[in-house]
Amino acid sequence: MNFNIEIIRNDFPILNQKVNGKPLVYLDNAATTQKPVQVINRIKQYYEIENSNVHRGVHKLSQIATEKYEQARKYISGFINAKSENEIIFTKGTTDSINILASTFADFVNERDEILVSEMEHHSNLVPWQQLCKKKNANLKVIPVLENGEIDLVGLPSLITPKTKLLAIAHVSNVLGTINPIKEIVKLAHNKNVPVLVDGAQAIAHLPADVQVLDCDFYAFSGHKAYGPMGAGVLYGKEEWLNKLPPYQFGGEMVDSVSFEETIFNVLPYKYEAGTPNVAGALGIEAALKYIESNTIDAIQAYEDDLLEYATSELKKINGIRIVGEAKNKTAVLSCIVEGIHPYDIGTLLDQMGVAVRTGHHCAQPLIDSFGLPGTLRASLAMYNNKEDINAFVSATQKAVNMLK
Amino acid sequence: MTIKEKQETIIDEFSMFDDWMDKYAYLIELGKDLPLINEQYKTKRYLISGCQSRVWLHAQMQDGKMILTADSDAVITKGIVSLLIRVLSGQTPYDILKTDLVFPKKIGLSDHLSPTRANGLQSMIKQIQLYAQAFILKSLKK
Repeated sequence: MNFNIEIIRNDFPILNQKVNGKPLVYLDNAATTQKPVQVINRIKQYYEIENSNVHRGVHKLSQIATEKYEQARKYISGFINAKSENEIIFTKGTTDSINILASTFADFVNERDEILVSEMEHHSNLVPWQQLCKKKNANLKVIPVLENGEIDLVGLPSLITPKTKLLAIAHVSNVLGTINPIKEIVKLAHNKNVPVLVDGAQAIAHLPADVQVLDCDFYAFSGHKAYGPMGAGVLYGKEEWLNKLPPYQFGGEMVDSVSFEETIFNVLPYKYEAGTPNVAGALGIEAALKYIESNTIDAIQAYEDDLLEYATSELKKINGIRIVGEAKNKTAVLSCIVEGIHPYDIGTLLDQMGVAVRTGHHCAQPLIDSFGLPGTLRASLAMYNNKEDINAFVSATQKAVNMLK
Repeated sequence: MTIKEKQETIIDEFSMFDDWMDKYAYLIELGKDLPLINEQYKTKRYLISGCQSRVWLHAQMQDGKMILTADSDAVITKGIVSLLIRVLSGQTPYDILKTDLVFPKKIGLSDHLSPTRANGLQSMIKQIQLYAQAFILKSLKK
């Protein structure tokens, strides 16, 4: 048996903490996950015995750091089943990944062209495209979300036009938990020669993200939402695309040869990694994904699905509660509202009772507005959550509702 | 009652609770009891920025005193704003501006609030002070 919740919980030192005198119940994993000792120790080890600048020195330490850094890239490329490690660009995180793409993709967008996003996008997969469209006098088109929280797949083909230059969509919605049918979406887009960017921030820790199965052209994710460190993430891009796109930033490392007259840029993936990279961050992501792999993503998904189902049915027992987002395919995110009560009030009382959740629009204002809500109360799961967490969350929510009604 | 006396009453009231859940329960009660603001003031113009929940604040002068009314869509926020109103509404703009608002700290509110809520509280206080300044300027012009 790979998946042992007791062992897993012991790997996360922070879970032993008390908040406001109560044992911590951490259900804000869609914002960021906690880190296991395996990740913390990996980063510590790097700074203790391996730290050096990569791809530069002739000395031993630099060789070790370079080797480890490139091994991390290789491991990550295997984890998402990229064809080659050249397709893995280290970034600061999902937001950075998407901004890099939006900025380099600008060369391919002209006046009156269209970029397609879904209505459920996080601001980080919406604003970069909106701003690019503004700059280029192009049009941002939106794939609607149905009332149950699924995207309108039936209406999608008609939205992809000869003017469409790119389709950008979340793998999993950070508000609704919806798992979008990426394979089908990519097929529809590719039929019309439109490349697809998938925002994998909320997916990478919860379900298989196989970029060859999905066949997406770009995939972005953050380390910190998958048990890894903050400030480090990945942009996957098909090699043919990354070769076509221009460099993003200029400086050291990304160059092959430089004179005052001209510069020959380095090959992939270095072309996109100007300056000294976040080596500890890359190693941290590698350790985090290895940690996921040691428990197997399938077991994690099955466990979290059960927990989500349990949480949903328990939460529904509270009078006046409404689950926001009831897609058939859902993972790890549970949004709700209680009739007549502001989510912020519930969140404040939950915090007082040691339960960490998030309230508000979750950086997806257009989506929340389209549902006509002031925001939602969101509990989001990770592999270390258990039924006790859910029970504590539900009974604290019940108590808060009683106080506020 | 002076502002100082009103602050002391509030500090006394809150000293009865040891547990923050009880303090919140009291704030919720106060929030529910806050007199309704005139609907015409629940517009964007009277909205205070910097709060996660929406807060509307209206001020007008009556016999040299500033009368404050407010509303919020979150009831704990409403409870907090009701304390400000209790202390500051019905006072002169001069008194409001020279007041040292100690009660949020004394009742533990300032330290206990999440940073977003603490910012919200600061925004409310700032807005009230801006109203007070505006009324003083207006009276000087006359």
